[in-house]
Amino acid sequence: MKRRDFLKNSLVFISGAGVSMSALEWLDPKAVLASRPEVRWAFLVDTHKCVGCGFCVKACKIENDIPLQANVTRTWVERYVIKKDGDVVMDSPKGALNGFTSNKIDQNKSGMLEVADEEIAQAFFVPKLCNQCENPPCVQVCPVGATYQAADGVVLVDRKWCIGCGYCIMGCPYGVRFFHPKEKVAEKCNFCYHRITQGKKTACVQACPFSARKIGNLRDPKDPVAQVILNQRVGVLRDEYGTKPHVFYIGLNKEVR
Amino acid sequence: MVESLAQMVVHGEAWTVKDLFVLPNEYVYWSIQIVLYPYMTGLVAGAFVLSSLYHVFGVEKLKEIARFALVFSFALLPVAMMPLMLHLQQPQRGINVMMTPHFTSAISAFGIVFMTYACIVGAEIWFVYRQFIVESIQRLENKADRGSIDSLLLLIYKLISLGARDLSEEALHADHKAVKFLAGLGIPVACFLHGYAGFIFGSVKANALWMTPLMPVIFICSAVVSGIALCIISYAVFMEIRKWAAKRNKNFLLPDRLVGTTDLSADHLRSVQTHEVKMTSKYLLIFMTLAITLELLDIIFRGYTAVKSWDILRDVIYEHDFTKIFIMQYGIGNVLPFLLLLIPGLTTRRACVACVLVLFGVFMMRWNVVIGGQAFSLSFAGFMHYHLPIIPHDMETFKEGLGGSLLVLSAPFIIFYFINMIFPAFLEDKSH
Repeated sequence: MKRRDFLKNSLVFISGAGVSMSALEWLDPKAVLASRPEVRWAFLVDTHKCVGCGFCVKACKIENDIPLQANVTRTWVERYVIKKDGDVVMDSPKGALNGFTSNKIDQNKSGMLEVADEEIAQAFFVPKLCNQCENPPCVQVCPVGATYQAADGVVLVDRKWCIGCGYCIMGCPYGVRFFHPKEKVAEKCNFCYHRITQGKKTACVQACPFSARKIGNLRDPKDPVAQVILNQRVGVLRDEYGTKPHVFYIGLNKEVR
Repeated sequence: MVESLAQMVVHGEAWTVKDLFVLPNEYVYWSIQIVLYPYMTGLVAGAFVLSSLYHVFGVEKLKEIARFALVFSFALLPVAMMPLMLHLQQPQRGINVMMTPHFTSAISAFGIVFMTYACIVGAEIWFVYRQFIVESIQRLENKADRGSIDSLLLLIYKLISLGARDLSEEALHADHKAVKFLAGLGIPVACFLHGYAGFIFGSVKANALWMTPLMPVIFICSAVVSGIALCIISYAVFMEIRKWAAKRNKNFLLPDRLVGTTDLSADHLRSVQTHEVKMTSKYLLIFMTLAITLELLDIIFRGYTAVKSWDILRDVIYEHDFTKIFIMQYGIGNVLPFLLLLIPGLTTRRACVACVLVLFGVFMMRWNVVIGGQAFSLSFAGFMHYHLPIIPHDMETFKEGLGGSLLVLSAPFIIFYFINMIFPAFLEDKSH
């Protein structure tokens, strides 16, 4: 065979083989296992049951070593007051660390707002925490990969690698991230990962006196939380951002932001 | 007790005032240093584009300012990184961006783009100055009584010459070709460096004010505007100092004597200065028109489409930040200098006044984007007001306050002073 023919044939063979090979997909065993793990953590909040006592916030701060008086928190409770004229006022004083002890609505610089009882059409509380998104923008924007998503869906932060640029804080549409006052790195709710991976409930779930908060495994059909999410009408926050949040709400109002 | 008090103040709390309903963790996390970051990278990119106008497109009119712009761009380069380092909560880990770049993040490319750009600018300067470096070595070596500064300079020149001391016709021609190539390559890289600074903001989907695909383009245009304006002012000011020195037969402050170019006369300098400033101003006008058009298009489009976030954005743009956007940025920073530059019979002084206003306008634009983007809550029901810390009471309020920002703003001039001793920016040369 001449050298020219050899090269020609080789080229034809390689391009032909290349086209057919491209139909095959190289599978990483780890990726296959991770794509459908046995656990996908999800959270269920029943806003009808929340009374705004703030036990969850306190329990969370103690469990996760966030200074109680620091004005940041992994979880918080919001109060919504919808007036008969359609106006909506909201507050969350200190993230509801001490619960809602006053009828006055904390408007920060604008002071305390008093709403007369007869003006109120409806009022309710909404607990908030990290949504452990399926498509987390915070993970996408981290320049060093210090924040990452575990196979079970929980988004974690590596405190030893975070450079503290704050891009993840900017990228989160839910405002759940902040700088840890002591560690000086990005911090967020991680569903008490150290507890749930040992079969315990999160600190906030355990502290809630009315079972307004529940955590469960979406992959387990017998899990009560999974059953509610599958069989009842639940809502999520800000799905317009395409984040696919995994904190589900029963009784979510359109006024909740 | 002190420790527990210190723990209570979280990052951002010192300068953020919340109004109405703001989520508990929301603060103005990106403060003055992040305003300065795109401002400084913009100046780098702009100065480089100005120098490339001569080197690539052969705009002869810009010959004298081109060399200055190149050296000044090099002096600005390390400063573009300073605000980021001053802003990081863990600055000692900044290098992690290079070690484990996470490529889905816009910031992760910073290290790579920045280093590429630094290499291009460094290489271009080397080729532009190679002849001068070799000549300086020869001159200093032949000098009989070398002082300590001369000896130091000789050592530096010997090191940076990298042993390439060929001054033949072909070698110089090759230099010239290399400069042209690097300047051409530098334009897209400079635009990328800055366009991606815009992408860092434009891609944050959680922020209603930032999220627009126009952001990178707006950033590039305003970058070129600010870079040219700064070059005009600095050029005029340094030329003024040279004129002042030439009249008195003095040469301190400037390295001309050190490098041996002493052919100076005040009249000659004045004519060069006026010519360069006038010519550069024309290019400034072109880029200004482009920048203003895009910025207005963005606002008009937001108002016209009026999606969910428009209610709060309207409050921020037309009420809370009205003075900062329409009076300081567009009025004083755009319209006024535009008119000043358009009125016939442009003098150096008027051009400089216009350029100072332009620089102020671009700074306000960065401010209104970065701080304005954090002026409203994610709840769309509350506002955050930013108060720049003036008198620092700890490291944080110094770094992210007036002190830190003045440090960043003054750094390029200090660096330029030293770089200029090695690569004289005002060297009049026939070959390039």
